[in-house]
Amino acid sequence: MDATPINAHSGTPGEPIRANYLNVNYGLKSWLLTTDHKRIGILYLISITIFFALGGIFAALIRLELMTPEGDVVSSEMYNKLFTMHGVAMIFFFLIPSIPAVFGNFLIPMMIGARDVAFPRLNLMSWYIYSIGGVFTFAAMALGGVDTGWTFYAPYSSTYSNSNVALTAVGIFILGFSSILTGLNFIVTIHKMRAPGLTWFRLPLFVWAHYATSLIQILGTPVVAISIVLVALERLLKLGIFDPKLGGDPLLFQHLFWFYSHPAVYIMILPSMGVVSEVIACFSRKRVFGYPFIAFSSLAIAVLGFLVWGHHMFTSGQSVYAGMIFSVLTMLVAIPSAVKVFNWTATLYKGSVSYQAPMLYALGFIGLFTIGGLTGLFLATLATDVHLHDTYFVVAHFHYIMVGGAIMGYMAAMHFWWPKMTGRLYPEGWAKFAALVIFVGFNLTFFPQFVLGYLGMPRRYHVYPPEFQVLNVMSTAGASILAVGYIIPLIYLLWSLKYGPAAGANPWQAKGLEWTTPSPPPPHNFERTPVVTEEAYAYESKPYPEEAEVV
Amino acid sequence: MAHHVVPQKIYLLVFATLILLTLVTVDVAFYDLGLLNLYIALAIAVTKATIVILYFMHVKYSSRLVWVFVGSGFFWLAVLLVLTLSDFFTRGWSPLPSGWTSMVMP
Ligand code: HEM
Ligand SMILES: [Cu+2]
Repeated sequence: MDATPINAHSGTPGEPIRANYLNVNYGLKSWLLTTDHKRIGILYLISITIFFALGGIFAALIRLELMTPEGDVVSSEMYNKLFTMHGVAMIFFFLIPSIPAVFGNFLIPMMIGARDVAFPRLNLMSWYIYSIGGVFTFAAMALGGVDTGWTFYAPYSSTYSNSNVALTAVGIFILGFSSILTGLNFIVTIHKMRAPGLTWFRLPLFVWAHYATSLIQILGTPVVAISIVLVALERLLKLGIFDPKLGGDPLLFQHLFWFYSHPAVYIMILPSMGVVSEVIACFSRKRVFGYPFIAFSSLAIAVLGFLVWGHHMFTSGQSVYAGMIFSVLTMLVAIPSAVKVFNWTATLYKGSVSYQAPMLYALGFIGLFTIGGLTGLFLATLATDVHLHDTYFVVAHFHYIMVGGAIMGYMAAMHFWWPKMTGRLYPEGWAKFAALVIFVGFNLTFFPQFVLGYLGMPRRYHVYPPEFQVLNVMSTAGASILAVGYIIPLIYLLWSLKYGPAAGANPWQAKGLEWTTPSPPPPHNFERTPVVTEEAYAYESKPYPEEAEVV
Repeated sequence: MAHHVVPQKIYLLVFATLILLTLVTVDVAFYDLGLLNLYIALAIAVTKATIVILYFMHVKYSSRLVWVFVGSGFFWLAVLLVLTLSDFFTRGWSPLPSGWTSMVMP
């Protein structure tokens, strides 16, 4: 690599403090023009946190409205906009970039013993593209919002669109390229830049998970871009693509959209699974059980995930025959997912388990993901889906996966690698407390929604029959607890930046190359290129490396 | 990174072929060949895309790994088309109320 990051030479001569990626130079410009993968990770962290907060505010308004059976807080039009913008902000601007763009960016080069990603400038560009997409979408929200649902189904988004669909679509079209660039960078980096001795089967499972995620990002994202272009072509040039009046087929939109968006749900969950593998191994002080199975199950999920999208269309008018095929294929995805869950559980077996905050989140992930995945099977069954489709059961299902799974993994990563990223320890007591609050708040919010959906409450309506009120009030109460649970870490993590005790290179006594370099890491990650001589998670085989203790 | 240098002649040849095929497309558009219209247009487009990928994008001179990635791109496209059409072409199969009959394929 000859692309030298711009901040390489600015360490003050004779300076007593060790240069790290944070203090090597200062000022807004040094951040906005950085090509350091670690700083780009931090830039992403800040941006996605803004969208997480925004999406959270929309969610709060939704839950507030649903406290009472009448539509009293907002109008039905406004309610449509709220759940649309909640979904858009959370899925496209928070969950899809979350772990890959923040922790993947920060950690993959370090985990494989490289100085940076393969294309550092492309990496920075991906953040700018994300931001531009964000500005468009934000503008669409500020100028009155969108009301199609996050899925932009035709004809809401085409023939009958009456809100800022075009602006949002442009935003998401642009955003897609940032996701593609991230995936591209990771794939090339993982293929080409592994340290000597780091064979594929010595890679941390976090890296395997990101490799699989990147494949989906590259192969799937162009299709959602194409669908958006097709909607534009139909509206501008009256080409008959989705509109039957013009000779189009409205279901084609759903096919194209879900061809991307079902795999996209795996973009959200696979990185979390990678995090869980790391955390479980570290806090059980054991090798991960069945390493190759977990590694290959990530790839299997990535591939099979592309074959199941029709399960979103069972009641849409899709042919019965296609429905049967998609139903069977969907059942197949459950296999690699279950392989992971069993292997993690087997890793815990006879491990010396300790319950630090990252571990609490990882254990939360396993339980909640299992519930989410199993209810997915209910929905994948043709006959039950006729009853459950478009009810709150579906809402509960995917929130168990996305909030209970993906965000739990994100929080686990945040706590596990926070000392590495910032050089500071967070307050463990508060962190455990927050993890507990989140777990309780989450279940109180979403478990009642399974029941509501099963009883027949449809999603996306702001008025409902009075007999559903008790469960809805429980859900809203849970959402308030959940909000508190997310605000507590925000406070103590920011607090720890200034007041947290210094972390040292390896506060968890964890394995993995990222822990062999000081915290926060030097601008080029390693003083000299590490040579790898052992497999990942060699926890039992060696005593803790003493030199790693140096602060 | 070692780059294979492609002789200029090849580029010119590819360019000429692309122009030629474009002219053919235009010309063919003046004849109504029924069902063949579509197939001819698609065949020309696929040929053009193939030579662009092989020569302009250097895939012909690239490593096996690049071939795998190119191949999987097309494989995924095939998945998209086949599974989507598996819905479209079978909507008439089910004997129950058909609704939307105007959209059902013969
Ligand atoms: C692993 C991560 C998963 C995520 C993030 C996820 C997410 C989602 C989302 C977002 C939806 C609703 C989309 C909408 O209509 O707005 C959904 C629906 C569905 N999910 Fe999942 N899901 C996951 C796993 C699974 C699994 C493992 C299965 C089955 C084995 C499954 C089966 C389904 C089905 C059948 C539906 C459609 C339900 C309906 O609309 O009637 N999902 N999921
Ligand atoms: Cu799906």
